[in-house]
Amino acid sequence: MKITLKINGKMRVVEAGPGEILLDVLRREGYKGAKFGCGHGFCGACTVLLDGRPVNSCLLLVGVVEGREITTIEALGSVDKLHPIQEAYLDAGAVQCGYCTPGFILSTKALLDEKPEPTEEEIKQALDGNYCRCTGYVKIIDAVKLAAKKRKKR
Amino acid sequence: MSDMRQFKEVNQVRRRVDGVGLVTGKALYTDDYDIHGMLSAKVLRSPYPHARIKSIDVAKARALEGVRAVLTWKDVPRVIITEAGQGFPEPSPYDKFILDNKVRFVGDEVAVVAAETTEIAEKALLLIKVTYEELKPILDPRDSMKPGAPVIHDEPEWRIPIPVEMDPKKNLCGRADVTIGNMQRGFSGADQVFEHEYENHYAQHVANEPHITISYLDPQNRLVLISSTQVPFHVRRIVARALDIPVKRIRVIKPRIGGGFGSKQDIVTEPLCAALTLATGMPVRLQLTREEVFTSSRTRHPTITRLKTGIKKDGTLTAIEMEVLQNAGPYGTHGLTVLTNTGSKILPLFRCANVRFNAWSVYTNLLQGGAYRGYGGTQSGLAMNIQMDEMARAIGLDVALLYRKLHIKKGEGSPVFAALGEGAEGHAMTIGSCGLAECIDIVMRESGWARKRNNPGAGRVRRGIGMAVLMQGSSIPKIDMASCSIKMNEDGSFNLLCGATDIGTGSDTVMAKIAAEVLGVKTDDVIVYSSDTDFTPFDVGAYASSTTYLSGMAAKKCAEQIAGQIRSVAAEMLEEDATGIVLEEGKAVGKKGGVTLAQVGTRSLYEKDQHQIAAFASAYSDQSPPPFAAHVAEIEVDIETGRVQVVTYWTATDCGVAINPLLAEGQVEGALLNGISYALSERFIYNSKGKLLNPSFGSYGVYFTRDLPEIKTFLVPTYEPSGPFGAKSIAEVNINGPLPAISNAIFDAVGVRLRKPPYTPEAVYKALKKR
Repeated sequence: MKITLKINGKMRVVEAGPGEILLDVLRREGYKGAKFGCGHGFCGACTVLLDGRPVNSCLLLVGVVEGREITTIEALGSVDKLHPIQEAYLDAGAVQCGYCTPGFILSTKALLDEKPEPTEEEIKQALDGNYCRCTGYVKIIDAVKLAAKKRKKR
Repeated sequence: MSDMRQFKEVNQVRRRVDGVGLVTGKALYTDDYDIHGMLSAKVLRSPYPHARIKSIDVAKARALEGVRAVLTWKDVPRVIITEAGQGFPEPSPYDKFILDNKVRFVGDEVAVVAAETTEIAEKALLLIKVTYEELKPILDPRDSMKPGAPVIHDEPEWRIPIPVEMDPKKNLCGRADVTIGNMQRGFSGADQVFEHEYENHYAQHVANEPHITISYLDPQNRLVLISSTQVPFHVRRIVARALDIPVKRIRVIKPRIGGGFGSKQDIVTEPLCAALTLATGMPVRLQLTREEVFTSSRTRHPTITRLKTGIKKDGTLTAIEMEVLQNAGPYGTHGLTVLTNTGSKILPLFRCANVRFNAWSVYTNLLQGGAYRGYGGTQSGLAMNIQMDEMARAIGLDVALLYRKLHIKKGEGSPVFAALGEGAEGHAMTIGSCGLAECIDIVMRESGWARKRNNPGAGRVRRGIGMAVLMQGSSIPKIDMASCSIKMNEDGSFNLLCGATDIGTGSDTVMAKIAAEVLGVKTDDVIVYSSDTDFTPFDVGAYASSTTYLSGMAAKKCAEQIAGQIRSVAAEMLEEDATGIVLEEGKAVGKKGGVTLAQVGTRSLYEKDQHQIAAFASAYSDQSPPPFAAHVAEIEVDIETGRVQVVTYWTATDCGVAINPLLAEGQVEGALLNGISYALSERFIYNSKGKLLNPSFGSYGVYFTRDLPEIKTFLVPTYEPSGPFGAKSIAEVNINGPLPAISNAIFDAVGVRLRKPPYTPEAVYKALKKR
C-alpha cells in the first residue's frame, strides 16, 4: 500500500506492507541513521522524532504515522555543517561506537527544544530511553549540557 | 615522570577522526550495506540443553516458496574448529562443527535457512522437523567432573592444538596448576589465615549492535564477508578452515562496528552466513535477534573461586592459594585463557613469596563463555579485593594502607608473570611504570575516605564506602602482532592502513595521533582506514587491551620510517644533510630553510626521482605492561528493602600517557558503569532445564541514564618506557572494580559480607536477615 509521510520536512509517498514497522520503512528509504538494536523498544537505537517527540521507530506500524512529521538524524546537520548538538557530542567525547548516537542526539534535540536549560535530572529523564554500553553516559550528559550552553550563546 | 615532553598531538584533546560520520548517522555499519538480491538467513536453535539429533527433515522447508537453502549438519563440511578468535594455534579446544548432529545448550544451532525475506525464513524454520534424543545435561559446573557425568564432547574429532592438559571425557577443557615458593611454609608463617568462596555470575556484553554478517561472492568467485567483528583476520582464517576453502578465497571487511566488549572476538555469525552464500551463490545477511545475542552468542565465564590467604599482623602476605572452578559452557572458547588470566591479572599485583593457582575449566550445558572485557581479571578481582578488605579489618589496618604496602612497584617483577601466561607459561616482566600509589591517594582524598569509612550512620538508609585496586595488561606478550602501512600523498597528507580494529574504541584516532606526532602534522592530516584483509596489513584485532600499546607501536615505527624517507627527499631539496632536518608543523625544516610536506610529496610523486614514500611496520612485544587503577565506591543500603545504590564512584587510572585523554576517560567510564550494573543488576535467570528466561534488555538489567550514579574519573599520568609515547592500555581494567568495591562498601554500611554478586535487593535483604 502507499503511505504518505512527512520525513525531514518533505512529503514522501512510500510503498509499505500493512504490517511493516516504521524503522524498516525508513531504512529502506535510505534513512539509515536509525538503527536496529532490539526490536522491542528498549534500547532506543531506532529513535526518531514524531511531531518533535522521540519515539522508538521499531515499535510503530508505519500506517499509524501516516501524514505525521518524522525527523531523522539526516535532518540535523550535514557533514559540512554540523548541528550544535552534534558538535557538542564530539567535543564532549560522548561518541564511541556511535550506534546509539543518532538516537541520543534526537532525544537531546527534543529535550532542548522543550527545555533549553535542563537540569541534570531532566537530562537523565529525557535520555532514559536510549541505551549506550560504551560511554557509561557520563560524557553524553556532558554533551547535552554543552549543547544547551552553545544554544544559549547563539 | 621521566621522558614526558611537550607533545603536539599525542595527549592533546582532539575530536575523534571518525566522528563526523557517527554524529550525522552516515557511518556504515554492516546492516547499512545494501546488496541487490540479498537473502535473509535465520537459524533454527535447540530447545534442549543436551540432545542428539536422531533425524532432521527439511523437505517441507526447502519446498516453501522463496526459500533458497536449508542447511543441516549433513550439508556442511565436517571440520572441527574453535570459534575463538585468537591467534594461531588457538589455545581453545577444537570442539565445534558449524552444524552438528548433537546439540549442547538451549540455543545451539541446528539448521540454517536462507530465504528471499526474513518472514519466509522464519516460516521455513517452523517446517523443519527434528527428532531429538534427549541426553542428561550438566547444569552445574560442580557436577561436570563427577564420575559418571554425561560427556558433552564425545566426538572423536575433538582436539586441542597446543600441548596443554584437557580431557573431554572428564568435561575438562582447561587446567592450570602453578606453585611459586612453598605453600606450607607460607601458611605456617602467617598470623592469620583467611579462606572463603567467591562466585561471579554470568553476564552478557550487550553491545548495541547485534552480531551480523553479510556475505557474497565477488566477480572472481571470491567470498566476501562484511562482518561486525573485532578480529577480521581470525575470521578469515577460521571461516576458511570451517568451510574447507583456501584463505586466499576469502576477504573480510570490517565496517563500522557497534561495540564488541569481547562478544565479537569470536566467530559467531560468519561461518553459517558464508555457508549459505556458497550454497546459493547469492548474497546473504545473517543478523542475530536481540534474544539470540543473549542466548547464543557469548558470556562472561561464571567462576567459583576458593581463596585462602595467610597474613601477618603487619600486613605482610605469607601465602595466597587461589582455587578456581570455571564454567566454560558447552564449547571451550577462551575457557583456558580466561582461566589463566584469572590468576595472572591479580596475583602479580600483591607482593607474596608463596603463591598457588590451581584451576579447572569445565564444560556444562549452560550458555557459552567467551572473551569479555576484564577477561579473568573481573573474576579474580572480586575474590582478591574482598578478601583484602576482610583481612585488613581483621588485623586492624586501613585497607588502603594495606594496598599501598603490598602492591607491586616500578622496577619490581613478580614470579607470577613468568609462571602464568595465555593458557601456558608466561614471560618474566619488570614493571616499567606504576602510578598505583598515586591512584590510591587520589581516590582516598577525593572521596573523603578517612572521614567516611566506618561511619554508616543510623536509620533506615546506611552509608558505606569500599575500595578495590586493579591491574590488567597491554597486549599478549610474544603472541600478538600488529602492523600498519603509511603512504604519503602530494598534499602532505598520509593514508594509514591498519588491521587494528576500531570497534568504537577510538583506535583509528589513536593511530592517527601517534603517526601525526612523529610526522609533525595535524591528526586530521592522517587518514586512517581499518580494516580489510585484502588491503590492510595484519593485526590480531581488538582484544587483550592491545591496540593503543601494540598497534600504536606499529604506527609509531611506521611513521618513523616515513619520516626518514621525507627527510631524505627534503635533504636533496634543501641541499643539506638529512640528519639535521626536523619535521614540524607540516614542514621539513633544516638549517638553511624548510620545505612543506606538500612540496616533498609532490616532488616524490611527480617531479624528481619519482617514488612512493611508503612503509610497512610490525610491532611485537615481549611484555605486557599493566595499567593500574584504584576504585572507591560510596553506596547506600536501605536496610528495609535491601536495595543498594551507588551514590558516588571514584576511579583513578594509570594508563601511562593517555594518547587521547577524552577517549581514555570514556573507556574508564564505560567499563565502570558496565561493572556497576553487573554488580547490582545484570543477571541471567535459568529455568531448571537450562533455558535462559530473561533474554532481553528489559529483564536482563543493563543500566540507563536514570541509573547513573555520580562518577568521578581521574587519569594519573606515568610514562611507560616500552609503550608508544609512553602509553599503556586502558580499555579493560576498570570493569573489574565494582564487584569487590561495592561488596566492600556494603560491608562498611551494614556489616554483611557478600561474596556472590549480583547484590540485588533480594540477596542483600536475605543477608541482612541472617545477620
